[in-house]
Amino acid sequence: MLKIHCPYCQETREEEEFHYSGQAHIARPSDPDSCSDEDWGNYLYFRKNPRGRHMEMWVHAAGCRKFFNVVRDTITYEVEQTYLIGHVPRESTQ
Amino acid sequence: MEKYSAYSLFKHALGHHENWQRQWRNPEPKKHYDVIIIGGGGHGLATAYYLAKNHGIHNIAVIEKGYLGGGNTGRNTTIVRSNYLWDESAQLYEHALKLWEGLSQDLNYNVMFSQRGVLNLGHTLQDMRDIERRVSANRLNGIDGKVLDVDGVRRIVPILNTSQNARFPVLGASWQPRGGVARHDAVAWGYARGADGLGVDLLQQCAVTGFEMSGNQVRGVVTNRYGTIEADRVGCVVAGNSGVLAGYAGFELPIESHPLQALVSEPIKPVLDTVVMSNQVHGYISQSDKGDLVIGAGIDSYTGYGQRGSFTTIEHTIAAIVELFPVFSRVRMNRQWGGIVDTTPDACPIMGASPVENLYLNCGWGTGGFKATPGSGHVFAECLASDDVPQLARPFSLQRFYSGALIDEHGAAGVAH
Amino acid sequence: MSQSNRIPGGRCVDYGSEINFRFNGRPLTGYKGDTLASALLANNIKIIGRSFKYGRPRGVMSAGSEEPNAILQLGTTPASQVPNVRATQQQIFNGLTSRTTNGWPSVDFDVMSLIGHVAGKLMPPGFYYKTLMFPRFLWHTYEWVVRRGAGIGIAPTEPDPDRYDKINRHCDLLIIGAGPAGLAAAHIASRTSARVILMDEHDKPGGTLRYSNDIIEGLPGIDWVKQITAELNAAANVDLLTRTTAVGYHDQNFIVAHERRTDDLSDVAPVGFARQRVHRIRARHVILATGAHERPLVFANNDVPGCMQASAVSAYIKQYGVRPGNRLVLMTTNDNGYEAAFDWIESGGESAVVVDIRTRVNDELLKRAATAGIRTLTGSAVFEVKGKRQVKAALVCGLDSEKNTLIGKDETIPTDIIASSGGWSPVVHLSCHTGIKPNWREDIAAFVPGTTNQKMLTAGAVSGDFSLSAALSQGASAATTILADCGFDLEDKATISCQEDTVDAFQPCFHIPHRKPTSRSPAQFVDYQLDVTAAAIELATREGFESIEHVKRYTALGFGTDQGKISNVNGIAIAARSTGRSIAETGTTMFRPNYTPVSFGAMAGRDVNELFQLKRYTAMQPWHEQAGALFEDVGQWKRPWYYPQTGESLQDAINRECLAVRNGVGILDASTLGKIDIQGPDAREFLNRIYTNAWMKLAVGKCRYGLMCGEDGMVLDDGVTACLADNHFVMTTTTGGAARVLEWLELWHQTEWPELGVYFNTITDHWATATLSGPGSRALLAELTDLDLDPTNFPFMDWRQTMVADIPARVFRISFTGELSYEINVNANYGLTLWRRLIEAGEKYNLTPYGTETMHVLRAEKGFIIVGQDTDGSVTPEDLGMEWAIARRKKFSFIGKRGIARADCQRQQRKQLVGLLPVNGDVVLPEGSQIVFDKPHQLPAKMVGHVTSSYYSAALDRSFALALVQGGLDRMGQTVQVSIGPDAWETAEITASVFYDPKGEQQHVQ
Repeated sequence: MLKIHCPYCQETREEEEFHYSGQAHIARPSDPDSCSDEDWGNYLYFRKNPRGRHMEMWVHAAGCRKFFNVVRDTITYEVEQTYLIGHVPRESTQ
Repeated sequence: MEKYSAYSLFKHALGHHENWQRQWRNPEPKKHYDVIIIGGGGHGLATAYYLAKNHGIHNIAVIEKGYLGGGNTGRNTTIVRSNYLWDESAQLYEHALKLWEGLSQDLNYNVMFSQRGVLNLGHTLQDMRDIERRVSANRLNGIDGKVLDVDGVRRIVPILNTSQNARFPVLGASWQPRGGVARHDAVAWGYARGADGLGVDLLQQCAVTGFEMSGNQVRGVVTNRYGTIEADRVGCVVAGNSGVLAGYAGFELPIESHPLQALVSEPIKPVLDTVVMSNQVHGYISQSDKGDLVIGAGIDSYTGYGQRGSFTTIEHTIAAIVELFPVFSRVRMNRQWGGIVDTTPDACPIMGASPVENLYLNCGWGTGGFKATPGSGHVFAECLASDDVPQLARPFSLQRFYSGALIDEHGAAGVAH
Repeated sequence: MSQSNRIPGGRCVDYGSEINFRFNGRPLTGYKGDTLASALLANNIKIIGRSFKYGRPRGVMSAGSEEPNAILQLGTTPASQVPNVRATQQQIFNGLTSRTTNGWPSVDFDVMSLIGHVAGKLMPPGFYYKTLMFPRFLWHTYEWVVRRGAGIGIAPTEPDPDRYDKINRHCDLLIIGAGPAGLAAAHIASRTSARVILMDEHDKPGGTLRYSNDIIEGLPGIDWVKQITAELNAAANVDLLTRTTAVGYHDQNFIVAHERRTDDLSDVAPVGFARQRVHRIRARHVILATGAHERPLVFANNDVPGCMQASAVSAYIKQYGVRPGNRLVLMTTNDNGYEAAFDWIESGGESAVVVDIRTRVNDELLKRAATAGIRTLTGSAVFEVKGKRQVKAALVCGLDSEKNTLIGKDETIPTDIIASSGGWSPVVHLSCHTGIKPNWREDIAAFVPGTTNQKMLTAGAVSGDFSLSAALSQGASAATTILADCGFDLEDKATISCQEDTVDAFQPCFHIPHRKPTSRSPAQFVDYQLDVTAAAIELATREGFESIEHVKRYTALGFGTDQGKISNVNGIAIAARSTGRSIAETGTTMFRPNYTPVSFGAMAGRDVNELFQLKRYTAMQPWHEQAGALFEDVGQWKRPWYYPQTGESLQDAINRECLAVRNGVGILDASTLGKIDIQGPDAREFLNRIYTNAWMKLAVGKCRYGLMCGEDGMVLDDGVTACLADNHFVMTTTTGGAARVLEWLELWHQTEWPELGVYFNTITDHWATATLSGPGSRALLAELTDLDLDPTNFPFMDWRQTMVADIPARVFRISFTGELSYEINVNANYGLTLWRRLIEAGEKYNLTPYGTETMHVLRAEKGFIIVGQDTDGSVTPEDLGMEWAIARRKKFSFIGKRGIARADCQRQQRKQLVGLLPVNGDVVLPEGSQIVFDKPHQLPAKMVGHVTSSYYSAALDRSFALALVQGGLDRMGQTVQVSIGPDAWETAEITASVFYDPKGEQQHVQ
């Protein structure tokens, strides 16, 4: 059962208040129309899915409705940090 | 390989069971194999078995980082059915179901495949439309099944809450009598014994840590235990860990690995004779031969390799089960566990060539893996044995994620299993 | 004889309060404070179960939650049955009804045991994998027999009369286990202001102190416990929960605990009480003080009733005042084991023999035993039990531990009870739940908790230190460390003193060899509940099941309701020896939640029946109910489905409602449609990006239909959006899609286009919507508003702010029926009033309320889609023939544009939305029916689409349908075959999807 710190609300809350929203830092191609089918497929579907440190997006669905980024370990489920959209994570302390 | 039968049991009983053969060897690896299968779960072992049995390839190794059948094969709720919506998946799962029907005899290993029928409940008008659509499609695909009204459902499962005052009253169901459950571990062991008997080397406690590459070609695998082992072709059948292995070969997959949990009650006397599944209420349940109620929970939304998920998922599942079966309220939950399911955007598997030469993929089975085991192994063996992509595998290529030709089973599957 | 084994001095029973209960129909008495197990033992009842595979008689083995054998069915009525209750954990109460679960015709004489006796040899582990395969069709019959034999208790046959609840809790410190370590920790914490929860699975705190002879702070242990407990109860910051088991330890210190609030009082909870409660606890820190389970030793016939854990013997004597026999033989590997023998003699037992497998034993201890009149045999072992239905004698001889063989001569020692102590297994279970493997410690021959990433410390026996002084000091120091970490001030605290004997090292031993090889000796049980023997484990390893996980799965070791609490380590040790590995190399299987079983009812809590999932109603619900509406579930909403009048069938009602709208005027409650308020200078640009169609030119006062796709180009949602002001829009969504669409809008705004000044708010519940539809709607609306309804001034697809029935309203002139329609939106608080005023005013227009079914028919007649019914996530706007809604020339590459352009989305012969007219206009095609071009001669048939919507149309006086058909838009006028049942086909013609008023004259009516 995760406990997640919402960087907007500045509150650490239960997982149930949040929705998972997939891998973070996937930018929409700036000119979709000039993308090949392969580029577009990669953007749409292909994911890192790492075993370990993962940068992902969550939304505080039952709170401020803000999307934000989370660094979480997919094995230990420890949440290392949360940070705002458009920012980069701090270096891992581990 | 010694034949199992009532007679062999009797004979060995006289010898105090001291002389049973090993069910599989513990071999030292060779330097080179024609085919290496990474992953000693049901799908990997079945692939090796059918490669050896049907395609005359015997120089095969299955490499397993833990123990045989220790991943999702031994962690699922053992439901087998083939009533999928789309032709592509229905035909693949029906192929599997036909193999299931003769599997114990083929393997000479009782996998306890029990065709006690699968009910998919409908609680809303849209559920019923979807059920009609799926059953109609199944009928034209030659798959058994019918649409039941609420009285029909009540006759099959009298303890189900079919009250019209329920929060989501049962309106009807689809019913596939040939569906059922099987003994999951036995499937892995039966295939392992069968493959071993045909000369396949099963290498346990051996993790693949990389690929031996030559340009864009895979030439072998690197292992933590035996160093490099060469192979002409490598089949990667590692479910939730597919992304990790793809990473070793330098590509990504349209796969996310999620926790999927299940739980069992304490064993009770027979009370539920069929498999009951509900998408709307989000629960599915059967009773094992041991007497446990075997209950599947939903997939956790986040990715995770921890083989455990969130407690809320369990709570919601149990609330759903009590809603469907009020008489189970005082029955007690014994144990829960989790697996790692490899989900794809269209809830359908990926089978066939990878972006790297000589490396073949069989993954992305999501919640459908166990029931597909024989079919998956059978078809994937054909992929590995020849240069032609078998008919049944064609729709499941990685290419579909570029062309857009997805086979969207979400509509038909929901919580899916 | 009543309570023939009862002796005085039981610390936890009240000899003054007799309790009457039943066992297998027999009335029995016990005392308040007894468990069912202690009361049965007091009444000298030995056999309380039959083993599940071999039907062997079984008795009480332990005194706690580790009990594998004593599992009973409880309950007096069909509704109050509780299967699989551990007699060692269940307090007795007046009227308790218990019975054994296996054994026919009775537990004392079980036919199965004969079969088990004869056929047992044919049932080695995994026998069912090797047989019952032929002939194939008989498997169902074999299985029926297998199933009948399996299972333990019986599920109730009626719904649960009780309710359960849940509580969310937060604390600074959660202490699990109120033995000496837990109490010491709690005691320190009680003197701070830290929020503390201390829980214990038993009915009273104390742990081993409840039956031990320890002295703490100069007091008998049990008195010290009472004193500390009193202090803790008085402390405002400590919550002491008994009968509460921490069953699951989840990530980030989330602990699930199961409290049995009334199980000790009655079958069914007293009025006003929840029977059980689940505590969902977030703890800043946890102290795991769960103690240890005593391991019995494995030897031949070690399951005969009368074989027990050594500590259980002490527990029954000291806690409950029950000595389950007169003569005791006790086999031990350690000094602690002797306590049971001392307690036995002290309580007046006739004789006690200690069989110590060690050759060297502390002289003091031997002297003490001799003084007490206890015979001791060192370097010896009990290798077989004599007796079938109860212990008669122990076969004892010398043991060469090095060579693992028996030596010397056999001696037969007559006895009633054979207790054994093979050392202690720390209760590491909870520490494993977050994926942490326990570590094997050779020095204590036990697993201890592994290094965890949870904020958890261990104290006492669970940490592998089994002495009382260690428990007390570790408990105190763990609490001190944690409290300091949390910043609580601590007074100086002197250490807690205690008296204890020095304990010599014990000798690891798990499995006593027999004269015969294991495979031929009488059964030596490891896992009692599942009849797993030492021979079974050895056989499994011989067959190649070498991984401990394989051993577990092949033999079923540890799969019982006790989850192998006392069998796990013995099983691993036997597997290790037979594979020639160390125990550390062999490893352990993982423990999973629950530590002990939890009722499904408690896990569901209050989320059952009417509270299973919330119901959403519109403001007009009271009127709908009064009007006799039937309801349809749409998402969480209850929507009026149709309003049957007396004697009307569904179809009658729909025909009536449809014709009323087509010819007169109808009213629909449309409040459930999702409504999102969108504001900001860039709101328009945002809509332009998120919808497939164009939005730059939509003027204030106008509405427009919008189609929304995913990035894959598949239709996601649709609805009408109105322009309230240049920077203010109201979007409507499908009823089921409201929340999803809002999150979708936020996602794009926040992650891709934060530079756009736009804000979203859900206003679904703020507004109530009544839709007037039909040619008579204008005249009716005019009765209640001053708004100029002249079509030139208020044309189709416009909206107006006005008053309707004296209520401020937004009126949208949009139509989902194809008729002249007005959607009147008012503040939801006025919804019911508005509705009633419309109904009143509508009387003379024969205003007809209609529900979702009529709405579906009317919109389908017009070819309007319902997303989720006519689409399924694989349908593009082009597939729907909605090319007109794709503004390809928009500057911004809107969401979905690139997706639609993918090769597969542009291929020929995609499935496209068309109309279908069954040749026989009386046949309504079942929705969902599959379509083929020609009747197939063989299966599988080539399917080319399916019916998405299908109705009888009163207006057309015939049936019609919408369908997705391969290349359908180019096949107008062709016929297809629709599979409407097994071997049942209906021919239908492909038509345009608009059946009624194709020119749209009715909705545009001037």
